[in-house]
Amino acid sequence: MIDLTKVGRKVLRLVVLAIFTAGASITTSQAADLDLAGETVEFVIPFSETGGSAKWANFYAPLLSEALPGQPTIVVKFMPGAGSTKGANWFQEQTYEDTNGTLIFGSSGSTQFPYLLGDPRVKYEYADWNVVLASGTGGVAYLPPDLAGMMNGMDASGLAGTDFIWGSQGATRLDLVPLLAWKMLGMSVEPVFGIKGRGDGRLMFERGEANIDYQTSSAYLKSVVPLVENGQAVPMMTWGALDDNGNVVRDPTFPDIPSFKEVCDATPGCETSGEAWDAWKAFFIAGFPAQKMVFLPKGATQEAIDTYTKAFDAVIARTDFPEISAARLGIYPQMTGSLAAASLDLGTQVDPVAKAFVVNWLAEDYGVTLE
Amino acid sequence: MDILATAIGALDEAILLVLHPQQILYLVIGVVLGLSVGVFPGLGGIAGLSLVLPFMYGMEPVSGLALMVGLIAVVPTSDTFASVLMGIPGSSASQATVLDGFPLAKKGEAARALSAAFASSLFGGLLGATVLTFFILIARPIVLAFGTPEMLMITLLGLSMVAILAGRVALKGLAAACLGLLVGTIGEAGAGGSLRMATYDIPYLTDGIKLVIVGLGIFAIPEIVSLLRQDKSISDRSSLGAGWLTGVKDWWKNIWLSIRCSVIGVIVGVIPGLGGSVVDWIAYGHAVQTTKDKSKFGAGEIRGVIGPESSNNAKEGGGLVPTLIFGIPGSGSMAIFIGGLALLGFDAGPQLIQNELSLTYTIVWSLALANVFGAGLCIALSGGIAKLTTIRFALLAPFLFMMISFAAFQSRQSLGDLIALFSIGVLGIFLKRFDWSRPAFLIGFVLSSQAENYSNNAHQIASFKFRRGLEQGFEYIASPIVLVLLAITIISVIIGIRQAKEIFSEGEVSTGKKKAPMIFLLVLLAYTTIALINASLIDLTSDKIFPVTIATVGVIALVLLLIKMMISPEGDTLFADSETGKEGLEAPYGLWGTLGWLGLLLLLTSLLGFILALGIFLLLYFRFRAGLNWLQVYFFTSLGLVFMCFFAYILNRDFPPGLLQELFRLPWPLT
Repeated sequence: MIDLTKVGRKVLRLVVLAIFTAGASITTSQAADLDLAGETVEFVIPFSETGGSAKWANFYAPLLSEALPGQPTIVVKFMPGAGSTKGANWFQEQTYEDTNGTLIFGSSGSTQFPYLLGDPRVKYEYADWNVVLASGTGGVAYLPPDLAGMMNGMDASGLAGTDFIWGSQGATRLDLVPLLAWKMLGMSVEPVFGIKGRGDGRLMFERGEANIDYQTSSAYLKSVVPLVENGQAVPMMTWGALDDNGNVVRDPTFPDIPSFKEVCDATPGCETSGEAWDAWKAFFIAGFPAQKMVFLPKGATQEAIDTYTKAFDAVIARTDFPEISAARLGIYPQMTGSLAAASLDLGTQVDPVAKAFVVNWLAEDYGVTLE
Repeated sequence: MDILATAIGALDEAILLVLHPQQILYLVIGVVLGLSVGVFPGLGGIAGLSLVLPFMYGMEPVSGLALMVGLIAVVPTSDTFASVLMGIPGSSASQATVLDGFPLAKKGEAARALSAAFASSLFGGLLGATVLTFFILIARPIVLAFGTPEMLMITLLGLSMVAILAGRVALKGLAAACLGLLVGTIGEAGAGGSLRMATYDIPYLTDGIKLVIVGLGIFAIPEIVSLLRQDKSISDRSSLGAGWLTGVKDWWKNIWLSIRCSVIGVIVGVIPGLGGSVVDWIAYGHAVQTTKDKSKFGAGEIRGVIGPESSNNAKEGGGLVPTLIFGIPGSGSMAIFIGGLALLGFDAGPQLIQNELSLTYTIVWSLALANVFGAGLCIALSGGIAKLTTIRFALLAPFLFMMISFAAFQSRQSLGDLIALFSIGVLGIFLKRFDWSRPAFLIGFVLSSQAENYSNNAHQIASFKFRRGLEQGFEYIASPIVLVLLAITIISVIIGIRQAKEIFSEGEVSTGKKKAPMIFLLVLLAYTTIALINASLIDLTSDKIFPVTIATVGVIALVLLLIKMMISPEGDTLFADSETGKEGLEAPYGLWGTLGWLGLLLLLTSLLGFILALGIFLLLYFRFRAGLNWLQVYFFTSLGLVFMCFFAYILNRDFPPGLLQELFRLPWPLT
């Protein structure tokens, strides 16, 4: 049976709301400070509704709402365009003064890379923003079963003769980590640029227009695992995870899938040392272990930063957090406070040699110049 | 048979869930909320959903779903009010409804148009749900058959409707569509992010211009200004003609059209990425092509209302397929729906249909039921609401100005919204005055980014495939679906060009001297040429090829027109200019003076902020333009202010701030 009192109360509130909207009465309002009661917090994601960032934001939004003082409504707002540069440029224009804590922004590796590479379209500056959460993640590359069968165990040299087509958001985005990895393995992957989110890339894979793809962990868990179970896709490798000593090891979320490092070691011609490997690793570190971050806009008060930090701490400290986050985000560190600041540094700085290598490679292979 | 058994089993359970009194209660609440929000152009699912989100988290899933579905389902129903009564396309799904719905309202048949529209919506929604019930189980391979070339072809099919709506001079229609496509490319390119006709010094432009603003500017402002100049009511008859019962009968007489258009709606809705922007045009084109006497289209043909309205609600049902099967939203409201589902703890995707079939059916049938409630409520209201068309328009217009300014501001919450609204409005007024097809412009604008994106992607993939082998390449670009769509598109263009001359979306337009139409043409030519030069300076091929191609076609069309104009004698249909006809010469008020009132509101807003500006504007307007006595002036002004504040407060929306607000911090609602 239904709990009538509970239902009744909810219905009553809604009826009152409905009458209000239909046009009846007047109420007054006042601008609230940092008690967010009755406010709507916009959680802006510079991607479409289908990728890993969307899954990550949708996971955090209700939990954060519960943990913030005044339990504000949190609306995830998607602002895709130019591989997240558009949304980030927009966020740069926002100030705390105008938004009073009702605006937060979720950046991703694809926001960091153009910044790192000095892309001229980047008008945002990470130093202006205030980080309140940093989430690590990983990524998994996968293949159609027939092509996966051409791999000899972990040795990918059997794939060398195949033409791969891949839906990509742009070579200067997070997508450069897989692109470089596949190139190091001797595979010829032709990226189709201009898709709006990794979910569209997956749809291209499902339609057979693309024959290779990768997803970040949260999207892989949700959308690709069913394909793997149906026999429509086979995981190829993960990008791995960093251990405490800075080594690339197997991703704990996917203990059964080899990391790129293992595949590279097993493939003749691919080396886990030298210029290319160093560049790949540098960008992997900038892109994945410190991938998704939540920011308050420039000018945020210490009070606001503390409020959000405390709220995220409370979310992470929930007893059920390990369980619910493992299923939807994977097993990755979720950091606040000084740890988040440290991973912001990790994600927004890269060795100049690695940068030069990548800039040169992008220009040679894709004609992408960053002038 | 297996599928049927599964479906019926789950259906049983779903029907019990849907028809539970508690769910129905939530559904009705959702419907009422959706209707209240949806009647405002520019405010749709997003505004509505943010109203109910606070209640959503922790709610029982089926109740939460009922609330959300009820709200989303009626937005394409309720936006018909604005389309029919005011000539404002309430959302992208009801653009085509304006073409015949508004002329009907002008003829005093608003109630008939509305109820025919709602009956069609209701039918479309129900048919959509019925088809989906079985289709959703087998839809996956069909949806996967639609790759990039197929989506490009559907977009082109939508664009081909330009032919039929081009108006008297086909070249002008083509040029208007090119202009729309070009305006759609303003801002950062989707593929590479290069800037087109924009600069980083004006951040507003880099983001492009939003549909709400273009819809309001191209359709609403010219209509409001033109009606206001006549100083009459919307309906040119004092007594209202045919009532709501006639509308329902009209729908019944055209039931086959309604069925066909609903099917079109479901099919187009099923394909992810297309959204609602093409479906109403395709349905409208179909309605025109299948009608024997085409002379009344654009001047109040009821079939022109029934077609698009049948398709746009069916599309919402169709849109559930990609949303639920792939987790890829089929339309804007579906994107919000996915977010809401996540809040209730469900992830849209294949596992939802496999593991939770009864829940899936609950969604499908809640949608159908919400359509029944929504349309029923709307039909019941349409007789009364149609009376609005008999009110002296001078009393309605300031409130319309108020609403469109507020709605436009919601698109980006920037003063730029108001400037863009005014500029596009001026363009719309001239397009209307010189008889350039406004629907063609709008179709071009709406489909611009899709057309560019799909052609870029299809071109990239196709060239890889061709490199692998001729056979593979052709297999990819010339799939059976592409060929069928291509054939339909070609037929539709040919029929369209032949019939365009019989369809006058702007009504009869008189012709005048050469000078004014030629100056306007030269302005358009100048813009198109600058856009061409601007685009050709871009480095990335992916970002330049589309605007360069379109601008080249546009320039050619405009130059041809210019030559034609030079050799044609005065009085040729080329020189259409409504200012030289009845509407221009006999109007008691001038064009610029009337537009000036909107300009005044926007100017004051930029100085004082919206609410103060609105107060001053309403006072001045009612006193000096409408000529009311002071008591009435104060009454109407406070009515407007109270309504605006109340509405914005409930929806948690901000008002446009002005210079004053930059200098001083003021309490709400003056912020």
